Amino acid sequence: MARMKFLCDADRCIECNACVTACKNENEVPWGINRRRVVTINDGKPGERSVSMACMHCTDAPCMAVCPVDCFYNTADGVVLHNKDLCIGCGYCFYACPFGAPQYPKVGNFGTRGKMDKCTYCSGGPEVDLSPAEFQKYGSNRLAEGKLPLCAEMCSTKSLLAGDGEIIAQIYKERVVKRGYGSGAWGWQTAYKETIAI
Amino acid sequence: MRPGAHLRFLLAALLMALSVAFVAPVTAQQVNPTADSVRERQFLDALKANPQAELQGRITIPDQRAATLERPAGRQWREFQQVTIVWIGAIVVLGMLAVLTLFYLIRGRIRLEAGPSGRTITRFNAFERFMHWLTAACFVLLALSGLNVTFGKLLLLPLIGPEAFTNLSVAAKWAHNFLAWPFMLGIALMFLVWIKDNIPGLVDVKWFAAGGGIVGKGHPPARRFNGGQKVVFWSVVIGGALLSVSGIYLIFPFVAGGVLELQFWNVVHGVVAVLMVALILAHIYIGTIGMEGAFDAMGSGEVDLNWAKTHHSLWVEEEQKKGHVPAGPNLQPAE
Repeated sequence: MARMKFLCDADRCIECNACVTACKNENEVPWGINRRRVVTINDGKPGERSVSMACMHCTDAPCMAVCPVDCFYNTADGVVLHNKDLCIGCGYCFYACPFGAPQYPKVGNFGTRGKMDKCTYCSGGPEVDLSPAEFQKYGSNRLAEGKLPLCAEMCSTKSLLAGDGEIIAQIYKERVVKRGYGSGAWGWQTAYKETIAI
Repeated sequence: MRPGAHLRFLLAALLMALSVAFVAPVTAQQVNPTADSVRERQFLDALKANPQAELQGRITIPDQRAATLERPAGRQWREFQQVTIVWIGAIVVLGMLAVLTLFYLIRGRIRLEAGPSGRTITRFNAFERFMHWLTAACFVLLALSGLNVTFGKLLLLPLIGPEAFTNLSVAAKWAHNFLAWPFMLGIALMFLVWIKDNIPGLVDVKWFAAGGGIVGKGHPPARRFNGGQKVVFWSVVIGGALLSVSGIYLIFPFVAGGVLELQFWNVVHGVVAVLMVALILAHIYIGTIGMEGAFDAMGSGEVDLNWAKTHHSLWVEEEQKKGHVPAGPNLQPAE
């Protein structure tokens, strides 16, 4: 089985935010929630880089560990998903996540912010694949259709890569060797406890 | 042009040609657009000095909190949440239960040696009992719903299944949110009403030195509240205040600051809460099965005069001076 990961080649990201828009549209994400975002670090300075970031579907995911109702699960592809029927909206996953991925549909007090929402790697949720209930709660299930997440699929510079971790790491390595530089795969050390050795 | 000048011109031209030939391609190869860019490794190395560091960037979507690219501090909080507090809670709560059981087996119930006198004295009036039971009822439900957050998935979830456990946890969450307010009111009332009787003094030092009637023989003199009760009072007031402050910060997210502050107040809330649970277990023990006659104080509010004289001798004297203890015919045996 594949181990699905995201990899953002920050040296290619042009901060066009197409991934953000694609995600919102594909999954019909509620207003106020962005499952994916583009953060620019060292803005306006030499070495400025933009990184497209969403849930990284961590190995040994912190959200899954701290959830008081155990509503998270790993799919066979290594994707971290959660069951909104079990989620109590406590916010603990948000405390634990190193990438700020979990979000809530409402601004409010403890327990009144609704069910947590995050990137599903375009692979739906625990409902029947491609059912209306699944779409309504979790959005698209492109993996069930044999497709990759739309954010990466439509990235104009192919900065954002999605797919099996080993394959996308190989693509990135080849790029770095060919062009002679690479600022590294952001989030990999934190999410997967590994870097791409070049 | 002089011959020397010619030569100098040629030399300069040659040098220039050479510099272009050698330097230009080299510079082109050395352009590394990532030379100044930050890498994750550098950020993670910087975390060794400051584990609370967050990597902030700029973002174009309205949610400015999303501008934090990475915040690995959640790892320490996860460790606390999943390991530390589970151990602290289990040791403190089970340890207290073990100590109390052992104490009961060795010391047994603390009996009223003088026997009942048949006459009573008012220990707590109706309002005092109301504020005590208001706080107590809230505390029990808050403690159970709070313990569910940490221990529920370990103990209850395997028993009742995920759907039932989620329903229970949602109910517990609402109970926790709403009962927090009467609990805080109860703590504030108890503080205001009882502080005058809970100022520590020399008599408390002597009370502890004599074993407080718990270990050793005899009951050292005490005023309205003995040393042990004063410890409970101040623990409840200070612990209750810490739970209130941390709880308010947790119930209104981002009032205290960002996620790091929420993590901090969550740790405070958890640690103080399990310590309070252990303390209150001891309080419940000594107020019910641990001591004969003690429950009446918070039950009917009337305690037997002999009980009062045994445990709170100085208080009874004060009450007698005030004329709150009926003297005279009642003192005579009914024959």
